[in-house]
Amino acid sequence: MLTITNVRKTFNKGTVNEKKALCGINLHLNPGDFVTVIGGNGAGKSTMLNMIAGVYPIDSGKIEIDGVNISREPEYKRAQYIGRVFQDPMRGTAAGMEIQENLALALRRGQSRGLSWGIKANEKDFYRESLTRLGLGLQTRMSSKVGLLSGGQRQALTLLMATLEKPKLLLLDEHTAALDPKTAKKVLELTDEIVKERELTTLMVTHNMKDAIQLGNRLIMMHEGRIIYDVAGEEKKSLHVDDLLKKFEEASGEEFANDRMMLAK
Amino acid sequence: MSGIFIALQGAVAQGILWGVMVLGVYITYRLLNIADLTVDGSFALGGCVCATLIINFNMNPALALVIAALAGMLAGAVTGFLHTVLEIPAILAGILTQISLWSVNLRIMSGKSNIPLLKLQTLISGVGDLFGLSQAQASIIVGVLIAVLMVMVLYWFFGTEIGSAIRATGYNEDMIRALGVNTGKMKLFGLMISNSLVSLSGALVCQHQKYADINMGRGAIVIGLAAIVIGEVLLGVAGSLFVGKLENFAFRLLAVVLGSAVYFLIRAIVLQLGLKTNDMNLFTAVFVALALSIPVLTAKWRAKQAYSETGEEDDT
Ligand SMILES: Nc1ncnc2c1ncn2[C@@H]1O[C@H](COP(=O)(O)OP(=O)(O)OP(=O)(O)O)[C@@H](O)[C@H]1O
Ligand SMILES: [Mg+2]
Repeated sequence: MLTITNVRKTFNKGTVNEKKALCGINLHLNPGDFVTVIGGNGAGKSTMLNMIAGVYPIDSGKIEIDGVNISREPEYKRAQYIGRVFQDPMRGTAAGMEIQENLALALRRGQSRGLSWGIKANEKDFYRESLTRLGLGLQTRMSSKVGLLSGGQRQALTLLMATLEKPKLLLLDEHTAALDPKTAKKVLELTDEIVKERELTTLMVTHNMKDAIQLGNRLIMMHEGRIIYDVAGEEKKSLHVDDLLKKFEEASGEEFANDRMMLAK
Repeated sequence: MSGIFIALQGAVAQGILWGVMVLGVYITYRLLNIADLTVDGSFALGGCVCATLIINFNMNPALALVIAALAGMLAGAVTGFLHTVLEIPAILAGILTQISLWSVNLRIMSGKSNIPLLKLQTLISGVGDLFGLSQAQASIIVGVLIAVLMVMVLYWFFGTEIGSAIRATGYNEDMIRALGVNTGKMKLFGLMISNSLVSLSGALVCQHQKYADINMGRGAIVIGLAAIVIGEVLLGVAGSLFVGKLENFAFRLLAVVLGSAVYFLIRAIVLQLGLKTNDMNLFTAVFVALALSIPVLTAKWRAKQAYSETGEEDDT
């Protein structure tokens, strides 16, 4: 499915601000893998997802999806394979457009857009159905502007948009971090539901270790631009937060330096 | 009295013809969130191309409008290229094109800064002769027809898949890029469509006033912004008076054309009241600055009013 080979990225190379963000990442995901990603601040989690999505070019290495080398494709072209939900609920939707317009834009992810009508009458039933399944009552507000929705509703909508047209890979970067705990829980449940139901190959960054253990079939831990721990299957299921902290200290020789993560313990 | 009436009629005519330009400014300023300064140049470009084609090539005035619009599209493409491919900030890209258009326009007019059409037939004088109307009345009819046609075309286009993607680019670039849209291309398209309308408007105004002038586009962007602000206020007032919110895109477009007519009416009235033509730019700039700052100032004022040092007593 997704294969990352020896990917490196240094920001601001050759300046005083030089920062090695990724130091040779190797990762292979099988179809249907749901991988949670944890690590301290600045470990390179977001950078890794951004490299896969094509936000910045990589310095070296190779990124393949289903055998297609996408390392040098621009961001908008990779979108045909990848669905994304950002941390900031404002970033994933167009506030000034209607809910159904946003969905119509998402349904056409990665397809060429022409001069036919931007939202067809026969799509609306599908949108209504999909919104109903979110369980937030949005199906009755299809022609409301997205700007009127709460952060949690917008994030749930973004999740729906990212998966409306089945992506080969779903990238979630702390997509519940900006929400209050109750809403975050709801969105996380939705995520689990959708990923399972549609059998999506997923990479999910989270700062909550419990969630990282509970969700998905595999967990990776990053530190200073490297993957320092990779665990799957039964072994992952039986993990505890303390195990993860210990693993981190072993691998890095440091205390876990992520304030938010300690809180989430 | 009838002198004033005729002056006001002329103002409405001008306002509607300029309204086609305002549609173009609306696309960049409101839909794409870009303040595109190309328009001062592309408006004059439309006029210069139109006058030259009619004078030198004896071209059909309707066809001259079409070619003027295409020239504007090209100007928009240049700004779009500078902005999206060379990543020059939009305002600067627009200024660069605008400045270069000054030279280009002079070249088009073979070095003359003004080309009069004198007694030559234009689309507007043709319609006037046909129905026995004054120049102003004919301009109003032609202007309204073309403006309504353009509103219909824009309404259709911005409802299509590409049009929706352009609108989404204005709202949230990150989002629409993540959905597979080349946002640079969308901005390029938007700038091209916008400037073709601006040039078309310049050509119409040229046919209305029967001359093209190198300076005819000076301050066009500011007039465009003034008309947009007036149009949106009118739409808000109309909405609260009659039918609830007039959110529909076609209404918003029609409103800015109307805003343009109202702007030129206000302008004619203050001129009648004794303001000098030379002071008009100052008047418009102050008007736009006020209109753009009122929302900011009221928000600041509200925040100041709402502040109290102790906070409200709250027992819960
Ligand atoms: N666009 C950029 N320009 C320069 N440096 C960057 C950029 N993006 C990330 N970095 C740096 O790269 C390193 C990795 O950042 P990244 O955002 O990937 O961390 P993260 O693991 O997502 O951390 P967090 O938990 O805080 O989100 C950091 O040192 C960061 O400062
Ligand atoms: Mg991050």
